[in-house]
Amino acid sequence: MTDLSLPSSAPPPAPSLREIFLSFVLVSVMGFGGVLPWARRMIVERRRWLTEAEFLDLLALCQFLPGPNICNLSIAVGARFGGVKGSAAAFLGITGLPFVIVIALGALYGKYGGAPAVTDALLGVSAAASGMILAMAARLSRPLLVRRPGEAAPVMILVFAAVALLRLPLPWVLAGAIPLSVGISWWRRG
Amino acid sequence: MKGSSQLGALAVSFLTISLLAFGGANAVIPEMHRQAVEVAHWMTDREFVSLYALAQAAPGPNVMVVTLIGWHVAGLAGALVATMAMMGPSVLLTFFAYRLWSFFRHRPWLNAIQNGLTPVTVGLVSSSAFLLAQASDHGTLAYGVTAATAALTYWTEINPLWVFGVAACLGGFGLL
Repeated sequence: MTDLSLPSSAPPPAPSLREIFLSFVLVSVMGFGGVLPWARRMIVERRRWLTEAEFLDLLALCQFLPGPNICNLSIAVGARFGGVKGSAAAFLGITGLPFVIVIALGALYGKYGGAPAVTDALLGVSAAASGMILAMAARLSRPLLVRRPGEAAPVMILVFAAVALLRLPLPWVLAGAIPLSVGISWWRRG
Repeated sequence: MKGSSQLGALAVSFLTISLLAFGGANAVIPEMHRQAVEVAHWMTDREFVSLYALAQAAPGPNVMVVTLIGWHVAGLAGALVATMAMMGPSVLLTFFAYRLWSFFRHRPWLNAIQNGLTPVTVGLVSSSAFLLAQASDHGTLAYGVTAATAALTYWTEINPLWVFGVAACLGGFGLL
């Protein structure tokens, strides 16, 4: 089976800097409460820059590294198609417009934030947001608790207790928890 | 020189948080809260919650709460400094790691690190949820909103905008 017999399955040509920038701008304003699903839709389904497997591979890198996953993803996708310039285009695309929007909201908040109705409405939003983050934690933990509960659960509980209950500074917590957790998973590998 | 020392403090706070944000912005809410409310006294608990909600209600990456914190502390310069400090280190790290990725992606130690980081991330993200719930849930109905949102997000593909809209209305009418 050759590419000639299936012209529609051939990968599209590499995107230009302009296309990279504009695509990430579009993604940046579509997502509320996280834009990662929209990025996948754009990169894999609509523009077909990457296959599902390639996308998941890059996402694994971006989730493994510290920092906002979507910003890391913009850097990696941009680098793949346009080197440093591609990364810059993708990063400015994903952050530029949201930056302007939150500044505008911040200015409005500075003006009207004193009104009790505004503060109360925002309190409602943050009550909902905390539920959303809780669901995110549950989704992340499910495969771990199914596959290796004995090693994952104690680490989760320790980190939660240190950060949420004892309110310890994050650098200390991670300096203890990461070597411990990585050590356990190295020791139990294979 | 109060202005420039504020900018310096913003930079130091977020440069550190950037490289500790395993799991993204939603993993470091307690640390941002600790720095902004308890250590630097840039804002009250209530203001922190409001800024976080504002960032959530805007389209874009979750990390934009950092921009708002910077804006609150030192205006446009603060917003730029905080945003660049939060993004800079992790973005550079990603750029160089991407170029090495094909080289080290199948090493066994990488797998061990990935497997080890995930439970840590779960602990961090659930701490964020706990802290936000504690800061924003003062009544039974507010806890109800948190629980209902968690259930809807976990079991359905509902658009967060609807949930935020309903929650904002309930809050705005003084029901929470």
